Amino acid sequence: MKHGKWPLLATFLLPPLALYAYFVLSPYAQTFVISTTDWHGLSRNYNVVGLDNFKKLWNDEHVWNALLHNLWLLLLLPVVTILIGLFLATMLNVGGRSGRITGVRGSSFYKLVYFSPQMLSVAVIGVLWTEVYNPRSGLLNAALRAIGLDGLAQIWLGDPDVALWAIVAVMVWANVGFYVVLFGAAMQSVPKDIYEAAALDGASRFATMFKITVPLLWDTIQVAWVYLAIIAMDSFALVQIMTRGGPSFSTDVIGERVYDVSFGDSQFGYGSAIGVVMFFLTLSITVVALQLTRRERIELS
Amino acid sequence: MSTLTSSDPARTPAAEEAVTTRRAPAKDKRSFVDGTLNVFSHGFLLVWGLLTVLPLLWAVLSAFKSDNEILTDPWGLPGKLRWDNFTRAWTHGHIGQYFVNTGIVLVGSLTLTMLLGATAAYALARYQFWGNRIVYFAFVGGMMFPVVLAFVPLFFVVRDAGMLDTLPGLMLVYTAYSLPFTVFFLTAFFRTLPTAVSEAALIDGCGPFRLFFRVMLPMAKPGLISVGIFNFLAHWNQYLLPVVLLKDENKYVLAQGLAALAVSEGYRGDYSRLFAGLTLAMLPVLVVYAVFQRQIQAGLTAGQMK
Repeated sequence: MKHGKWPLLATFLLPPLALYAYFVLSPYAQTFVISTTDWHGLSRNYNVVGLDNFKKLWNDEHVWNALLHNLWLLLLLPVVTILIGLFLATMLNVGGRSGRITGVRGSSFYKLVYFSPQMLSVAVIGVLWTEVYNPRSGLLNAALRAIGLDGLAQIWLGDPDVALWAIVAVMVWANVGFYVVLFGAAMQSVPKDIYEAAALDGASRFATMFKITVPLLWDTIQVAWVYLAIIAMDSFALVQIMTRGGPSFSTDVIGERVYDVSFGDSQFGYGSAIGVVMFFLTLSITVVALQLTRRERIELS
Repeated sequence: MSTLTSSDPARTPAAEEAVTTRRAPAKDKRSFVDGTLNVFSHGFLLVWGLLTVLPLLWAVLSAFKSDNEILTDPWGLPGKLRWDNFTRAWTHGHIGQYFVNTGIVLVGSLTLTMLLGATAAYALARYQFWGNRIVYFAFVGGMMFPVVLAFVPLFFVVRDAGMLDTLPGLMLVYTAYSLPFTVFFLTAFFRTLPTAVSEAALIDGCGPFRLFFRVMLPMAKPGLISVGIFNFLAHWNQYLLPVVLLKDENKYVLAQGLAALAVSEGYRGDYSRLFAGLTLAMLPVLVVYAVFQRQIQAGLTAGQMK
């Protein structure tokens, strides 16, 4: 190509780059600068305080409390979602065993249903489940009472011991369908004769799942793990809608801390510092997850 | 049954034993076991299906109930179909206004995202120049950052541009935050397109701009549709960005407006209106999804398969 490529490059690259730099890159960069100040947002005046915000953060029990909740999410959300997703995907794609290895009947309908929460905004999911958990008029307590398990009826989001798990359940509910479809697509690329051979050898479904499906789908599972870990760290929109971190900080997560400290208390410097810590945590968790789950790739065919 | 005798070093003695005992009493036992297992697996599939559908169905049914029915009989059917709940949600609950706002933002943001994303991706995928990798990673690196991190400065950046509380401001911000994934996805897609076609077009005297709009863009249609669906849903469902950038209730978008409605219902106790609003917010996407499920599932999962 001659010198003619520059007009095209300029027209094609400069507008998106300018927009991206102005609204995305510059705010992210500014956050790091603001995190070293005591800025309160009312005026342009602020003092550079160096690492004071980070020292304060180290001793802030609310930050540790929120981090602990993120840790729980980080442990529970990927494991539970991936296990349920793998199980359901196995049933749908290689579950039918009457002679041949096929999916069960109606598998595309099941997929349609499971995937549907992916269509809903976090606001719809949050509002819907807040009502489901409503102790007086909610679906869940009514269901428990209907089958005679009155004792299990809870105030769910109002109980500090239960609220966080109730939110985890909603996150699992919303995400499983995506991974059923994702794992299902990956299973389709596994040659059928591998499953047939396993069935002939009399392998149980359990063995088939952990000795065949999991190793063959490892790449996809790894991606799922990283993605769910990021969701677990970033799980703040749902919390914001359902509980705002309460009752008594029992569902507080690090994103909610950033938001509350910044926009609630106008401590923009301190809030940004929490955000910076959150960024480095997410980054290192992603890297660690990628390292830990690294395995030799199994070549099909 | 010859497989039984063939020895497999990987298999443990215990497993071997289990296999032999299970295999021994001939075929009907086995199909019986499989039969029960099939009932089980269908059972699990059905249970998860119900878990998914019931809350949605319940919300739709509750939208037709009176407040009293909602509070006293959560599992009951509505006594009659109260369509006026929807009217109230649409007008007094401002859901109608929120729909319009969301639509306006979406038309602008989706058009801009696809245009800017496709042009940037094309330039990065098809042209060698100094800094190509730097620009690419600057875009793609944006996927690593949690949006919360940008909130504080973003608020002031948008305010300084005089675009706080405006829908065009929201369009531009949506576009900017969609570029990382769009550029990432489309760059990969443009790379897979054959070079022979573009070379032939250039030899025929086709200019580089014409080449892009008349040849490359049509060839990239499947990729554009996938990423378009992804962005459509992301923009339609966006909640956090409008919460930070829109304070004027008349400008609220749907997700944000619904959450605000839920908060105000807490004080007013108008539950039927809330459920009607909830139904209005979720049914359109669910209907579109039921029609285009294959494309949508493929589009949303495609990004994960990289």
